[in-house]
Amino acid sequence: MELLRRFARHPGAVVGAVTLLLVLAVALLAPVLFPGSPWDMAGAPFSPPGEDGMLLGSDSLGRDVAAGIAYGARVSLLVGAVSTAVSILIGVALGALAGYLGGVVDDAVMRFTEFFQTIPSFVLAILLVAIFTPSITSIVAAIAIVSWPPVARVVRAEFLSLRNREFVQAAEVLGKRPIAIVLTDILPNALSPIIVLASLNTASAILLESSLSFLGLGDPNLMSWGFLIGSGRSVIRLAWWMSVFPGIAIFVTVLALNLIGEGLSDAMNPRLRKRGAR
Amino acid sequence: MELSRLPGFLLRRVLKSVAVILAIVVCNFLLIHAAPGDPATVMAGQSGAADPQYMEQLRRQFGLDQPLTTQLWIYLKGVLQLDLGFSHRQQAGVAGLIMDRLPATLLLTGAAFLIAISGGVAMGALAARRVGTWADSVITVIALAFYATPLFWVGLMLVLLFSVYLEWLPSFGMSDPSLNATGLALAWDVAQHLVLPAVTLGLFYLAVYARLTRATMLEVADQDFVKTARAKGVPEGRVLRAHVLRNALLPVITFAGIQAGQLVGGSILVETVFAWPGIGRLAFEALLARDYQVLMGVFFITSVMVVLFNLLTDLLYALIDPRVEVA
Amino acid sequence: MSLLSVENLTIGLPSGGDRPNAIEEVSLTVAPGEILCVVGESGSGKSMTANAAMGLLPPGLPVRSGRILFEGQDLLAKPREEMRRLRGSRLAMIFQEPMTALNPLMRVGDQIAEALRVHGAGADAARRVPELLEAVNLPDPANLARSYPFRLSGGQRQRVMIAMALALEPALLIADEPTTALDVTTQMQILTLIREVQGRRGTGVMFITHDFGVVAEIADRVAVMQRGRIVETGPAAEVLNAPRHEYTRALIAAVPHGTPAPREPVPPGPPILTLKGLRKTYHRGGGWFGKGQSFQAVKDADLVLHRGETLGVVGESGSGKSTLARTLVRLVRPEEGEILFHGTDLRPLTREAWKPFRRQIQMVFQDPYASLNPRRSVGEAIAEGPITHGTPRRAALDRARELLRLVQLDPGAMDRYPHEFSGGQRQRIGLARALAMEPELLIADEPVSALDVSVQAQVLALLADIRKRLGLTMLFITHDLRVAAEICDRVAVMQRGVIVEQGPTAQVFDAPTHPYTRALLDSIPGRGWTPPVSG
Repeated sequence: MELLRRFARHPGAVVGAVTLLLVLAVALLAPVLFPGSPWDMAGAPFSPPGEDGMLLGSDSLGRDVAAGIAYGARVSLLVGAVSTAVSILIGVALGALAGYLGGVVDDAVMRFTEFFQTIPSFVLAILLVAIFTPSITSIVAAIAIVSWPPVARVVRAEFLSLRNREFVQAAEVLGKRPIAIVLTDILPNALSPIIVLASLNTASAILLESSLSFLGLGDPNLMSWGFLIGSGRSVIRLAWWMSVFPGIAIFVTVLALNLIGEGLSDAMNPRLRKRGAR
Repeated sequence: MELSRLPGFLLRRVLKSVAVILAIVVCNFLLIHAAPGDPATVMAGQSGAADPQYMEQLRRQFGLDQPLTTQLWIYLKGVLQLDLGFSHRQQAGVAGLIMDRLPATLLLTGAAFLIAISGGVAMGALAARRVGTWADSVITVIALAFYATPLFWVGLMLVLLFSVYLEWLPSFGMSDPSLNATGLALAWDVAQHLVLPAVTLGLFYLAVYARLTRATMLEVADQDFVKTARAKGVPEGRVLRAHVLRNALLPVITFAGIQAGQLVGGSILVETVFAWPGIGRLAFEALLARDYQVLMGVFFITSVMVVLFNLLTDLLYALIDPRVEVA
Repeated sequence: MSLLSVENLTIGLPSGGDRPNAIEEVSLTVAPGEILCVVGESGSGKSMTANAAMGLLPPGLPVRSGRILFEGQDLLAKPREEMRRLRGSRLAMIFQEPMTALNPLMRVGDQIAEALRVHGAGADAARRVPELLEAVNLPDPANLARSYPFRLSGGQRQRVMIAMALALEPALLIADEPTTALDVTTQMQILTLIREVQGRRGTGVMFITHDFGVVAEIADRVAVMQRGRIVETGPAAEVLNAPRHEYTRALIAAVPHGTPAPREPVPPGPPILTLKGLRKTYHRGGGWFGKGQSFQAVKDADLVLHRGETLGVVGESGSGKSTLARTLVRLVRPEEGEILFHGTDLRPLTREAWKPFRRQIQMVFQDPYASLNPRRSVGEAIAEGPITHGTPRRAALDRARELLRLVQLDPGAMDRYPHEFSGGQRQRIGLARALAMEPELLIADEPVSALDVSVQAQVLALLADIRKRLGLTMLFITHDLRVAAEICDRVAVMQRGVIVEQGPTAQVFDAPTHPYTRALLDSIPGRGWTPPVSG
């Protein structure tokens, strides 16, 4: 409750949350708003925005750009959410292991994480999706595989510092089992940065998905924002709306997620909280 | 770090880099084998699968009749001799193809990095200095906006504005072949072609560095030694430059190292949008042709670039921070 | 004429604070060559007064009224640039935390030279810097000037800070708790140094502290602050020996005496705990290529603890006393020696085999802000241990309620969270958590060193009372000899991992045999002062 109040004090965060809800609504209502497949011809090719009953114009095959954006929202949000969930799971598991156990395990996990952080993640994502053929599964997997390292690092750092905190030592002196200590004493106190990271990671996952589908690595059966921009690229002199509007959709969604992330981070930052209390 | 410790430090870092590069090669190898189908078919992709002679050559290259460890050994040996395979599509060695394109990519990423780091640090420092004022708000909003915009879309919008409507700058390629320019004229032509792609690639990272610099400067400004500096009467400008900014740059350097890979990845998108003839463009062409030999090569070479860049940032960090003792 | 004169200074707090003004109607003076100690507990506004004089108030704190006259000029009316030129040249300041007060990326010599340079005296920096370092008794000044701060110990860094502050021979030195973060022996050296350089140059000093021992050691005059107001000022001898204000009296009464209280001898019970040749070595660095460093935190420690007694382990930071305490609860695993608890060697036991002993050996920690899980209600925190060991939940929670009463807290605290409590209250909760296990042996690791002196006295009294009532045996770790004298039957003195001396408290304090023990005792601040018995 207290957290929600602090979050609401952050105007940007509220705007972000409302925007995200709107995008979510459009995604859910896509079949209602635009009955019929977004791949079907809806009017004359290259209709500028507003003409032929199409708010945002049509593409080279006469498909409605607005419908494409609405259906694309489903893919973007789905990919963003699922790949983030997976990357958080991997990151938390590895980070917790490294931070709690320390020593050799920590060394090994951190080398592994550093390695994944060193290699150019976007190139790796391209390679993975290309080799395993583009599909929603391979895209989600590729994005998750390249986005867990920051999570692991943050979780490890949190665990490392919490593990030496006196209340964790007290729990150990009480004879609690390690698994209970991790779950009830350490993890709940490491949650804030993980939540912040989750919202920021969702944003970058959406960017990554759009980049992949821009390069033609999207799921061929699913409409997506990056695909729309990619198909508008070669005809940008002829039909600017084909690339402009999907780009705005990406921008708005990613910005909203980033704003939420910042609002959460401010609301949960203990240092700022302390300053407010004194 | 004291200079006398530098050689030992360097040696350790170089050894570590070599280990990372070896790991990347192994990773590449595993990827080929993890893919569905026999590695030769995978690597041949759509382009060469019909050519039995090429398939045979691929099988020989990977030593597919041998046990897996031998295959790894053959592959390692090949890569370490810079034999990255043969592109059936382009009828050329992959290593050669990439090396031809490397200078263009280095120019692009280098220029973008300079824009990002200098602009980002300057904007972040300004925002931190004027924290809470309109200048801070404007910079924060700009940074937030660029941070949320897909690179390729920024590129397209810049093309739309500066090439299509204003007709100020070229939007395609690295130079205009019809000019037949040489020397300075060529340099000027390349520079003009470089502006849009470099700015596109730079803007996103500029936003990243601006946010980071602002945050770390505000954090450092709270620390005791800054108060010490003020207490001894150091003028405000010098407090910020010599005490706050210098300490705030350390995390920025670390981050630059971490981000290097992202920058190289971003160049694939930018080169695709602007038809910049670098390895990013090469990767895109390979992608369209399902020419995985080339794609693997690009992955390997870009990884090596990042490892080398990390080596540089580590060295820089060690030179600035006296506390660095061991790797 | 006084050097510094603060007149009716009132500084506001941002709205939403616990009081409208940080300091109210504060007036004080410092004469040339005089040391004024400003004493108070945390939050009393003593640092705020010092920062106002330096023109270093954090933004957002308005000066509502008053003047600060320095050599006859009002500092509050000065333009920023003029104020800057005074700072470091006529007015200088040193801070509490020497570890963070120096720029980590700048050589020590350069930082001192900077102080000279920004006031136009950079020309002779090359000559002056080593001189200054020598003046604060630092060894090998030329070499030290080229070092980075991280190579220096806390005491050395504080000396550097003093050298830097005195570089331009200021008329006034403001010292904000300059010895609080230091060990006692270092503290005494720094106090002596400040007295020495101040006397040599006739510098006026405004010395902020919370410690009446330090006051007794260094002050010419004293100002006592409470909640933003000055409640008493006067010459040191008067305030210390005949305090007039009740707050001053209460504070002085809470100061531990530093002379062992006469105590009934503990009936010689059987030994509960025996340590034989305990050793713990830490390894640092190393890895794939380099050779790491190792460091012996505890070297061949032998100790015996009898039923019902309190054994104090005293020593400075890095002496190994906390490591020793932690080996007894398996937070640290020593590589050699025996930990015999009722004859069972605990050292080789596994986590599972250790579990039954958790009920018998419990621990109270130092930091009241870090020792309670912020996301767990007080009741849960106290009941958690017994529940882990199989006590039914209901019974454990009922018992927790009783324990809260035992440590003099309201049982209504059960459902509240740690952040709603003060430091002293949290320390009581931590104690209740340990007592919930009904231990035989309680290990207390610096349980009062993070607390204000008045709270410290209450917690110590509570600890002593409970120990007696429950017949606990206690191992009490502390860096403060005055506290040890107050509460311990016997003490063991540790230095660099070695127990150099142990014996009954009175004997160790009156006739120390080891030179280090003597040095420690000589460093107790205010050892020449016996606080008046309040009546």
